[in-house]
Amino acid sequence: MNDAPHFGPARSAFDQDWRKVVRYGLVLGFTLVFISLTGMPDGLNGRVIVEPWLSMGYLSLLWVPLAVGFAVTYEPVLEGMVQAKPGGRELVAGAAVGLIGGLCLSLLVYLLDSRDLSDPLVNWNQALLDLLTRNGSVADGVVLWTVAATALGFLGGLMRLLPPIVLRVVRAVLVTVIGAAAVESLIDDLSEEFKLEGVVKWLYHPLGGLEPKGAIALAIVAAVFVLWLGGQVKKGTAVFNTAREARPIAVNSVSVVAVAFAAIVLPMFLGRLTNDLLVNVGLFVLLALGLNIVVGLAGILDLGYVAFYAVGGYTIAILTSPTSPGLTPAYPFWLAIFIVVGMATLAGLFIGAPVIRMRGDYLAIVTLGFGEIIRLTVRSDWASGLTGGAQGVLSVPGPDLHIGGWTLPLVGWTFPKLEVDLMGTNPQHILYVVMFFVAIAIYVSWRLENSRIGRAWMAVREDESVAEAMGINTVNAKLQAFVTGAILASFAGAVFAAKVGSVFESSFKILVSIVILVIVIVGGMGRIAGVIAGAFVLVGILGGPNQPGLMAEFSEYKLLIYGALLVWMMLKRPEGLIPNVRRSRELHLDEFLQDAWLRGEVDRDEAEAEAEVDPEAWAPPEGNDGLAPA
Amino acid sequence: MLLTSLVVFGLFAFLVQQFVGPDNPLTRFLNEDANRLDWDAFRGLVVSGLSQGSMYGLIALGYSMVYGVLGFINFAHGEVFMVGAMTGLITSNKLFEAGVWEDAFIVAILVAVLVSIICATLTAVVMERIAYRPLRGAPRLIPLITSIGVSFFIQNTSALLLGPGAKRYPQLPSWMTDRYGPSWLQIEGQKILVVLVAAAAMAGLWYLVEQTKTGKAMRAVAEDKEIASLMGIDVDRTIVTTFAIGGAMAGVAGILWGILFGSVTEFTGFLPGIKAFSAAVVGGIGNLGGAMAGGLTLGGSESLAPQLILEPLGVSGHTQLKDAVAFLVLIYVLLVKPTGLFGERLSSEDRA
Repeated sequence: MNDAPHFGPARSAFDQDWRKVVRYGLVLGFTLVFISLTGMPDGLNGRVIVEPWLSMGYLSLLWVPLAVGFAVTYEPVLEGMVQAKPGGRELVAGAAVGLIGGLCLSLLVYLLDSRDLSDPLVNWNQALLDLLTRNGSVADGVVLWTVAATALGFLGGLMRLLPPIVLRVVRAVLVTVIGAAAVESLIDDLSEEFKLEGVVKWLYHPLGGLEPKGAIALAIVAAVFVLWLGGQVKKGTAVFNTAREARPIAVNSVSVVAVAFAAIVLPMFLGRLTNDLLVNVGLFVLLALGLNIVVGLAGILDLGYVAFYAVGGYTIAILTSPTSPGLTPAYPFWLAIFIVVGMATLAGLFIGAPVIRMRGDYLAIVTLGFGEIIRLTVRSDWASGLTGGAQGVLSVPGPDLHIGGWTLPLVGWTFPKLEVDLMGTNPQHILYVVMFFVAIAIYVSWRLENSRIGRAWMAVREDESVAEAMGINTVNAKLQAFVTGAILASFAGAVFAAKVGSVFESSFKILVSIVILVIVIVGGMGRIAGVIAGAFVLVGILGGPNQPGLMAEFSEYKLLIYGALLVWMMLKRPEGLIPNVRRSRELHLDEFLQDAWLRGEVDRDEAEAEAEVDPEAWAPPEGNDGLAPA
Repeated sequence: MLLTSLVVFGLFAFLVQQFVGPDNPLTRFLNEDANRLDWDAFRGLVVSGLSQGSMYGLIALGYSMVYGVLGFINFAHGEVFMVGAMTGLITSNKLFEAGVWEDAFIVAILVAVLVSIICATLTAVVMERIAYRPLRGAPRLIPLITSIGVSFFIQNTSALLLGPGAKRYPQLPSWMTDRYGPSWLQIEGQKILVVLVAAAAMAGLWYLVEQTKTGKAMRAVAEDKEIASLMGIDVDRTIVTTFAIGGAMAGVAGILWGILFGSVTEFTGFLPGIKAFSAAVVGGIGNLGGAMAGGLTLGGSESLAPQLILEPLGVSGHTQLKDAVAFLVLIYVLLVKPTGLFGERLSSEDRA
């Protein structure tokens, strides 16, 4: 929408599409019952958001009526149609949907009390009943959920009526409060280093969760930030952008130096937990950047991506560990990393060369097959002489970061040895190593994206036959993408082995490939910033396949959430949270075509109107036959 | 070529062993300690390979039909099979508690099959409605990625709703586990049953697709959706039917899995799913007879290859590489003959 929508008069409050309302209500009810029976409310109840009032467990149920109430009142904006002004109709629809959903959940409460289905359904138990009734009777639960769901559905409808600025404030307040509760352990960890225990004590309850006064304070801060600082930030970005346009090199180098400085200084102030978390996030940033080159830029769906992660991990482990079962050269990390690159290239060529000609979906399955073959082989007794089989390779030393101490061969001058002796598997030191590789990955992705080969990849992704006709060697281009991705993944594997200090085949299951794929897709395929944001949000908060995130309570449910997120993103927003412009145009091709068609239609009407006046002057609109996107 | 020659070599070595005696050099060609395969062991491997293969074949039908009609790999089809096995398990355990399982096994297993078919079909249909229908006409990889998400979701739903880990089917009655046949060919009753049921399901499906109006509509939609709809075929409904039939086949396969292996986990669907897809490809995707034949080929080779080929080559721990063999067959077929052994039947736009 480029200009403010024109609203027609509001429709009557009961002029509803009742079938749609009932359908959404039942979907809501089903979702609520489903979430209850997965055990999520009970399992997440330990994570308190605002101490006596709200826990993550209740939140896992409460957000649904709000979202569905908002969704049911969605009206598609149709070109050339007058939109009705939102009003009582939206409120009624939201409340009705909430009511139906609430009744479904109430039915569950009633059945929980009267029937015993705990044989197949493991979460059909007293704990769930107590939680849903807040330790009261069945009637309490029924009243509670009917009222709460109706009210939340109503609020969902109300969100259509509010002006955008109010919505922004509400969203900011909710995100801040829930976010603050989510990052509690992180803040605890930080406060020790920054001497902020007092503030933290004031904000948070000793048993976890925000204090009510803390929550209110944070809400006010968030509202103020949106209302006042939001404008300032926008102004600041505008200033930055104009400066960047005027003197791109100067501004870019200043910002790179600033980011680098922050990256070097910050880990020294962070606690162990934060560093550990950042290392996990960094590993997945690295993996996701690599997969982004393969899937996002070149359009090759590689489901066996974890194989290269395994290659990196095992190569480093075997080469550096003094106790690895077969070879024990015990090289230092930084020497071994060159061999890792070589191995990853070989593995990339070995897997890539045969499969790269296949059609997209066959390629996905075959790469998946290769990934599993590599894992099964590594685990088997046959290869255990080299890889340790199920026992893995142990005591992998960390990367050694002696800075200085070398003597230049001809001059005989010794580089002064600086006292930076980073050794072992301390997360703080590993964080530097991760950041080093992430920086390489970002630089490589950034340079490649705008290079000749990067454009060739995108051409191959969008239409292979046309790309080939344009003179691109598609097999070579795809193979290059495959190998580049493989090398980045092998770096991640190497760092992972060094971080954990051991490698086991169980860390390299197919699951890892899929989680990386989710990160790339949720973040935004083909967009570096998107992929990094995706890794931070998903791995940072929910956790990686084997790594806990900030909300350790989610570890049981995170894979379910990943699956649901993948489907939802593909259906609703296939371009990801931070989309790549070109790719999203490709994904929404029919909408663009429709727009173009509408525009063409409008043009022709005008042209025909003119033609009535002067039949000789009429000519079809040039170059736009209604099919090509304008 | 390498793989074919290996297979030929393995079979040759085995035959030589049968006639020359256990000390023939071929079976021990690199590995002095290789177990000598006698007839009983060989028969056991073939029978279990065939029974597993017919199960893969049943699952492969679902992949093959959906690929034929919509042109994408429904990655989540393995989970439909898992849902079938899981609901079959729940039903059988309930029936076991009620005493029906022991008193009237046939009735019990029929009820379990029915429940499992219904649940698997429902899963497949709901999946199509929610996840795949909005994606018609999206770029090729989008539905594939969606189906990975669906697969993940169903797997974890099962783990969360029903609890993670292996769940056991009740004990089969003894006449099911007894061996039948002449003295040189003793086959367990359950494996005979599995092969028979698979054959019956296959025959029914063949009749449906080749002889009925619904089948004709399915073939028409597979050939060209637009023209089919111009000919008065309800494309949406036909696609739902395709998913439903595939789901029903997977439901039957789920029960067969229960009878063969006796336990189910939430990951049961994943590996057999991939293998069944491999079977569909081996037989030629879109080709129903091919799917069954591909299933048998795959089941047979993954059951025989470790002992016949890997062990004489000196690969230790060869049984651990059973799944790797299945993947190797897939890769080999896709590389050398991507149209499968029996040729694929796809509409022209899907052949790339």
